[in-house]
Amino acid sequence: MTTTAVPVPEAPLAAPSSGGGRLYWAVADTLTVTKRNLIAYTRLPEAVFFSSVQPVMFVLLFRYVFGGAIPTPGYHYVQFLMPGIFVQTVVFTSIGTSIGLAEDLQKGLIERFRALPMSRWAVLAGRTTADLCRSLFVMVLMTAVGYAVGYRIGTNVFEYLLGILLLLLFSYALSWGFAFIGLSAPNSETAQLMAFPILFPLVFASSAFVPLQSMPGWMQVWAKHQPVSIVVSAARDLMSGTPKPDLVFPPFTSIVSTGPTASTVLWAVVWSLGILAVLAPVSVRRYRRRAL
Amino acid sequence: MTLAIQLEDLRKTFAGEVRALDGVSFGVEPGTIFGLLGPNGAGKTTVVRILTTVLRADSGRAYVLGHDVMTEPVVVRTLIGLAGQNAAVDENLTGAENLWMVGRLNHMSRAHVSERSAQLLEQFSLADAANRPTKTYSGGMRRRLDVAASLVANPKVLFLDEPTTGLDPEGRADVWAMIESRVAEGTTVLLTTQYLEEADRLAEHLVVIDHGKVIASGTPASLKAGMGATVLDLGLADEPTALRAGEALKGVNEKAPAVYGRTVEVNVNDGPRVVTEALRILEAHGIVPTTLALREPSLDDVFLALTGKRTEVEEAEGLDGAPSSDGRRSRKRRSRSS
Repeated sequence: MTTTAVPVPEAPLAAPSSGGGRLYWAVADTLTVTKRNLIAYTRLPEAVFFSSVQPVMFVLLFRYVFGGAIPTPGYHYVQFLMPGIFVQTVVFTSIGTSIGLAEDLQKGLIERFRALPMSRWAVLAGRTTADLCRSLFVMVLMTAVGYAVGYRIGTNVFEYLLGILLLLLFSYALSWGFAFIGLSAPNSETAQLMAFPILFPLVFASSAFVPLQSMPGWMQVWAKHQPVSIVVSAARDLMSGTPKPDLVFPPFTSIVSTGPTASTVLWAVVWSLGILAVLAPVSVRRYRRRAL
Repeated sequence: MTLAIQLEDLRKTFAGEVRALDGVSFGVEPGTIFGLLGPNGAGKTTVVRILTTVLRADSGRAYVLGHDVMTEPVVVRTLIGLAGQNAAVDENLTGAENLWMVGRLNHMSRAHVSERSAQLLEQFSLADAANRPTKTYSGGMRRRLDVAASLVANPKVLFLDEPTTGLDPEGRADVWAMIESRVAEGTTVLLTTQYLEEADRLAEHLVVIDHGKVIASGTPASLKAGMGATVLDLGLADEPTALRAGEALKGVNEKAPAVYGRTVEVNVNDGPRVVTEALRILEAHGIVPTTLALREPSLDDVFLALTGKRTEVEEAEGLDGAPSSDGRRSRKRRSRSS
């Protein structure tokens, strides 16, 4: 190349990265991506509707089909069940993060984003924030469903709201983990399939639907210490109140209650923040480095 | 002087086995259109992705306006626009919302984004569809929106990876006009394409890559000139006859004739003499050609000679077993020479 060069003119409209630091743009970019994802949800009302039907079905199934056969010391079954269903619902909602990101990859949007001067965190932070909004929406809906099937707040409104906040924190942390799965899957269908083997032992081998004491000993060891059970216990404490030792439902059983301790809420918060602290940087690294 | 784009011995291997780039080097002058040609899987998209900071090279260096894409990716991203291989638009957003998103993520002000977006939607004949979700768009409309999105931030260097694939002739003309107007304003454009006609028409310089290596470079004219002054095209009744004719004509010129389906092509320097001689030889073998033409060599011929492959479109048709591929080739040529 020896020919003379045409000087490159200064593009007057070139993207100004002036004004505000990196943090400002990280937040601004995250809000842009969040808005983009929320707009997409409003364009897919069917998807949002049908993803809300499933948790309602679970409520009906456990409340009216299985519930009568499950003894729950210290609680009426509906009081025992609903915090568990809430946790299951927000956990399943967070799978949406992996599906959404797998779709973005498939459609070449991740390629476009990676070539833009935007924050490296924003694509994932925007997606997880939009999914957090979705979880909030589903929790409002589930609160109404709970009321309809006879669930009553066992503590007070403030603690119930704290419980919802805790669930949202947990689902937000899990979203970052599902972001990693979404960015590792070859397509969105596979992303969904990859999520289930991880979720099933967490959600169903837990204290969400049945008391731990009803499980065999080896299963109890897992079920007692895994994060979903801990979050369920904390949510149950905050929403339904601690168990009443004299109450056993159905009344003919006589399992002695070993009620959750007050520190469960703390442990649930620690678990959520721990998951977030580990998986968020791992997923962002995945976003930056994944081969396309 | 600073080149708009510069590659030095770029190498990239995927998943430890597929060698996508095997030492690619070239430079692009500012304010020009540069064409990157090659068959499917040659490494064109990998080059574009490395230059746009989407992928990292294993070794070698690449610069955009003097900025190293590996060590200064943030600066590079403020200078470039990319329209990738698949029309990367969010199908749940409207056309206007897609441009809004890309503009905002380029850190443009709201007012500026809406002004630019209106301008671009108008320019790409998408103004009427601006407020419709793009999932209702045709393939051509999506592709145009994708190219529009790459222009929102007025990039100094524009990367277009097969920008007209899937466009109808009208849409292709729109994109061509846009590319030319951008270059008139001083933008540098790197274009990959599977349409040789497009490279011929737009690009001032070309690089042909195959198996991750540069196998030819130059202006379209210089590449064509390397082919010999003229090409003699002979159409035969059927493929066996064509093969026999190819065999018979081996001595007519120093370059051996090439046989494609029912067509025999001979690259020649002195057309009239070879035509006379070729006809005499064929007559001696009892072969009568159905068509005969002398024409300027096209980039198709260059491509074919360099890679041993037809262009991707024609190859795909060939795989379908469509016998019309010869007809298609000559139709394209006729339309170009007219």
